[in-house]
Order: sequence, then C-alpha cells, then structure tokens
Amino acid sequence: MDRRTFVKNTAALSGLAALGSFAGVHAQGTGPIKIGLLTPLTGVVASGGKEIAEGFNLYWNQVGKKVAGRDVQIFIEDDGSNPDIALQKARKLTEQTKVDFLIGDLLANTGLAVAEYAKTAGIPYFIPVIAADDLTQRKRIPNVIRVAGYSASQMPRPLADYVFKKKGYRKIVTISQDYTFGHEQCGGFAQTFTELGGSIVAQHWNPLNTQDFSPYLAQIQAAKPDAVFAMETGADATRFIQQWSSFGLKGKIALLGAQNATDQSVIRNLGADAEGILSAAHFAEGYDAPATKKFVAEYEAAYKHLPSLYGFSHYLAAMWLAEAIKATKGDVENRPKFLEAVRAVVLTNSPIGRPVRLDAYGNPIYDVFIRNVVKNANNAYWNVPIETYPSVSQFWKYDPEQYMKQPPYSRTFQGIKKV
Amino acid sequence: MKLFPKPLWTVIVILLLVAVPVLLSSYYTSLVTLTLIYALLAMSIDILAGFAGRTPLCHGAIFGGATYAVMFYVTTAGGNPWLGVALGIATALALSLVFALLAVRTSGVYFLLLTLALGMIVWGVCQRWTSITGGENGLRGNVRPEALADPVRFYFFVLVISLTAAMLMWRFVRSPMGLALKGIRESETRMRSLGYNTTQHLILGFLFSGLMAGVSGVLYAFFNSFVSPSTVALAQSVKGLLMVIVGGVGTLFGGVVGAAVIVLLENVASSFTERWSMVLGALFVLTMIFAPEGIVGKARALLQKRGTD
Repeated sequence: MDRRTFVKNTAALSGLAALGSFAGVHAQGTGPIKIGLLTPLTGVVASGGKEIAEGFNLYWNQVGKKVAGRDVQIFIEDDGSNPDIALQKARKLTEQTKVDFLIGDLLANTGLAVAEYAKTAGIPYFIPVIAADDLTQRKRIPNVIRVAGYSASQMPRPLADYVFKKKGYRKIVTISQDYTFGHEQCGGFAQTFTELGGSIVAQHWNPLNTQDFSPYLAQIQAAKPDAVFAMETGADATRFIQQWSSFGLKGKIALLGAQNATDQSVIRNLGADAEGILSAAHFAEGYDAPATKKFVAEYEAAYKHLPSLYGFSHYLAAMWLAEAIKATKGDVENRPKFLEAVRAVVLTNSPIGRPVRLDAYGNPIYDVFIRNVVKNANNAYWNVPIETYPSVSQFWKYDPEQYMKQPPYSRTFQGIKKV
Repeated sequence: MKLFPKPLWTVIVILLLVAVPVLLSSYYTSLVTLTLIYALLAMSIDILAGFAGRTPLCHGAIFGGATYAVMFYVTTAGGNPWLGVALGIATALALSLVFALLAVRTSGVYFLLLTLALGMIVWGVCQRWTSITGGENGLRGNVRPEALADPVRFYFFVLVISLTAAMLMWRFVRSPMGLALKGIRESETRMRSLGYNTTQHLILGFLFSGLMAGVSGVLYAFFNSFVSPSTVALAQSVKGLLMVIVGGVGTLFGGVVGAAVIVLLENVASSFTERWSMVLGALFVLTMIFAPEGIVGKARALLQKRGTD
C-alpha cells in the first residue's frame, strides 16, 4: 500500500467512525413526550396528508404542547403515500428518534404496513383515518388502536337503515372505487339494506382515478333505482358528483354518499353540485353543538378552510391521547398502562358534540349522524345532521364473535341477503 | 482470471460493511440492509442495461413477484419460510423466462416499452387478484425464519448473500458469456454472423439477471414483512434503473453507490424537506449533465486520467 492510498483509506475510515458516533445520541426518560406522526406530505393523497398535520398540530398548539406536566414533541415524517416508505419512516421514528408512540397514515395499505411493524416492535400505533375493518376485527393487534377513527363498514349501516325506513327506498345501485376500502363500505351498506328487505339491483366497481363516469351513469339511469350509494374519495368523488349533475341525474335519482364522498375536502370545491347528498358519519361540521361550533371556528381561523375528516380525526385523536396521558400522569413509557388508559378514555367534550368511547376491540362507538349537504351562512357547503343513531359500533346490531365468522367484505362477498 | 476486482478495495469495503452494526445504530443498520437489497436489484438491472445493452423496465415486477410468492406462501398458505425462498426464486425465474422469450427479439426503445408493458401486467394482476394478493392492501405477516429474527444477524445474512451474488455477477459479466453479451450490445448482427446464437445468449442473460432480482425480492420480503402492489409497480422498476444510472451504467458496482444515494435521499432527506423528490430530480439532471457515465463511471475516468498524467 503506498502512502497516498493509506492516508486516503484512514481518512475514509475515521470519517465513517465519526458518522457512527452521531447516530448513537438520543434523549431518554423523563424529558419530553415524543410523538411520531406519519402522514403523506407527498404522493397521491398529499392534500389529505397536510390536513392530518393541521388537525394534529392545532390541538397541541392550543394546549401549549404540554400535557401532564411534560412537554410534547411532535416528529412529522412523510410516508409518501407509499407503504414501503411508510414502513421505513415508522422504523426511523421508533428506532432512531425513539418516539413513545406512532400515529397517523392515510391510505389503508400504508397503515396496514405500519401496523405489521408495530406488532413486532411492540410500539403503540394509533390510526384515526385507517379504516380497514380487520385491523380491529379478525386480525386485530393489541397495540394498534383506532383512536378517533372508524371502521369502513361501520358508517354506511345506519344510512342504509335510515333510507329504508324513513325514505322508503327499496331499489338501490351502488358504485364504488374498486379497492378494499370501497368493498368494505359498500358491504356494510348492502348487507344492512338487503337484510331489511331492500334490494341491491347492481353494483359497479370503478378503478381508482376514473376520469369518465358516463358508462356507469348510463347504466345507472337504465336501472331506474330509487337511489344510488356512491363510495368515492378525493378527486374521484369530485368528478363523480360533477358528472352526476351534468348528466342531469341530480334531483331525479337520490344520491347517497359514503362519508368520504361529501367530506369537506371534496365539497369545498364543488359548490351546489353537492347539495342534498345524504351520508352517515360520526362528525358533521355543520352540527350546532357548542363544542363543534367552537372547534370549526378555531380550525377555520387557523387554516382558512373548514375541517375535513382528516384534520378533524387527528384533532380528536390528539385530544383523546392527551386524556390518556393525563390518566397515566405522564407515564407513557409504561406501554401496557398507557394502552389501558387509552382504552378507558370516555370523551364527552370533544368537537363531535357527543360522547365517544372504544369497544372491546379497539374501535370507537359513536352516535352516528345522518347528514345532508346544505349551504351555510357564509355561502359555503357543509354537512348538517338530520338524524342521529346512538351508540353505533363496528358490529352494528350483530354479535361480534358471530359477525367475525363471516368472511371480510370483498368484491365477491358483499353480505347481500338472498330473498 | 482474477477472483476479486481490486483486492485492496474489496477488502476495505467488506471490512466497513462488517463493521456497520457496531458503528451505526439499529435504524441505520436497517438502512444499510435495505441498500444492500436494492444494490442487488440495481446490479441485476445493470447486467441487462449495461452489458447486454437492453434496458429493462420490468425488474420491479420480477423483484416484487418473488416478494409476493414468499409472502403468500408463508403467511396465507402457512408454509415454511425456506421453502418460500425457493418458491420466490422459482417465481422470479418463471417470470423472467416468459419476459425473456417475449422481449429479447426487440432492442432499444421497443425493448423498453415491451418490458414496461409486461411489468404493468404483473402489477395489474397483483392489484386485482384480491383473493390471492390482497389487492391494494397487500399481504402482511412476519415471514422471516426464527434464526434470522435478530436484526444484526439478519444484516449479516443479507451481507453474505449480497456479497456472494455480487461476486457471481462480477464473474458473470467477465465470463465468455458476459463478453458475448457485450458483443451483442455493440452489434448483434456481427455477433450472429460470427456464429453466436444471440437469442439464446440474451435469454440466458435475462434469466441470470432475473434470478438475481428474485434473490433481492426474497430478501425484501424478509426485510419488510409486507408486500403491496407498490412493490411491483413501474415506480419500482424505474427506481432500480435510476440507481443504475446514478451509479453508472455498465459499471456493475455503480448499482451499489446508486442504491445508497437513493435510499439515503428517500429516507433521510425526506425528513428535512417534503421536496426531497425535487432533490432527487436535481441530482438526476446534474448526473446526466456532468457525469453521464454515473458516479462510479466518472470516478473511474478521473482516476485513470490521474494515473496517465
């Protein structure tokens, strides 16, 4: 080895050693509580991801980033709308930043990937937006809790009950994005509706990112249903509702939506096209309860738009976790005790204006609103409750153990009762 | 024939890699593990892109196909992980054989487009065949064998496999077979007129490349315990190809450097700015302008130039 090579190699080695000593530094123990928030700041659902960070930060800023006498540090990582990146970021937050727990993610596949990691790493993981049924049903993980979230099939069931009993609809067509979240929401609707005696005359599954709904709209028109249940999210929801109205179906056939279809993130850009769509959800930004009004006003003041499901859910989750941290007197390092406290929380003063608690499977039990989209005093459109179904769990009126014996909803299994 | 490329450098790199779990925290060790896995994928792409002159856009599908096979066999069917490895590699080989038979008669942009289409078919199947692949939600569950549960042990397992595979690839591209592929890259008609069965050579080269992509796909299943259509998507193939281009097409080990750069950007830079993909894009453009032969290619050229001065 000549001298020059030797010098070069030694320099390279010592450089690497210095890098190593950086990596070993981390804080411990009684210092601040560290929270890892995973959210898609880039990729296909980046706009929803930004609202996740908004809602979560809003709560912690309001309480001065302090709870139970400890400071709170929030570490936000971009999951890139991609499960592989989400997993890497979860590893980073857990192993490198050493956060006390993880929360967030938007797309079901990112949440499922992180949940799998949480299972082996044992770190508590909270999922206010990840709605995949089985995460709190057949494949539940003790340290993965759907704080302030909902399971996909939970919300459309009261809607099916309402339109059958109160509106007298008997023939319904469903149209939904063709992926698990859609299969599950439609399944919840179809099963409840057909068990009451209604009939699902057709089910359409459109690929994600459908530009042109006209083939489906033509078929829907020909089927002459009493109503259509549409499960669309994001840009698909916007396009569907616009095309529904430009096709002249608005006002002729009743339109029902999954809660995502009339979420603020969709209807704030839609205007009058969205008016009159019924949906069911645990939150309605137009509810006149004082707590809801206060939250909506604060949110609008902070971010200049009405809260969507994403922002709202993470606000509620932050509030929920703060309650649990108070109950443990700030001892989040004791994971079993902390998880127990999270499960025991009963929130009565939250922005939903109704009490909420978890069932034995880690999914919240809500008073579910049937909502209608109307214009408010500021000429913006929002969802207002027109009926309330108290204490709706993810199992509706079924016995949980019995219910979980049926297969999960899919394109081929929709729980439709044969007559 | 030499057994190692540049023995001194080889030894230094191996020593550094062996010291990784001691020098770095568990998170950075996992990043190096991931880099090694991607480096294998990038090198497998370089065999075709750099040596046979056929740039493939289907290696994400071969890689992910192997990952899916392992995940399905171990989690859904409840099989043995080691048998899963065999199945994963078999899947990769089967896919490569089909792809190779269909694609080797083309070259240039047609090869690019044909392999792109074939890769998209695999993605479409993974997306829609919900009962087997879990659709958009993918498959999850721990598939790593008991013996490799410890992350440091797993790191050394990946290290040994990737060093062995890297050496195999290095020997491959310098073998008469590899040289024949280079000849085909320069002029397929001339090679044919010299009596080489070029189709057969290309198919074999494709299969070997697919085999290596399959090995890295299997390791990825062990690493991630999760697979979804994003693993077989076009973006995955493009990512692999980007690693090759950043590192240096036709340098083989450029893939390692490219993988390290992209893994670091994706995981570390993204924590500082949500515009990290812009950083990646800028890096890519700068590479194209100032070092079209890639980082390793440029470094080699500079070293040679200094040597002759």
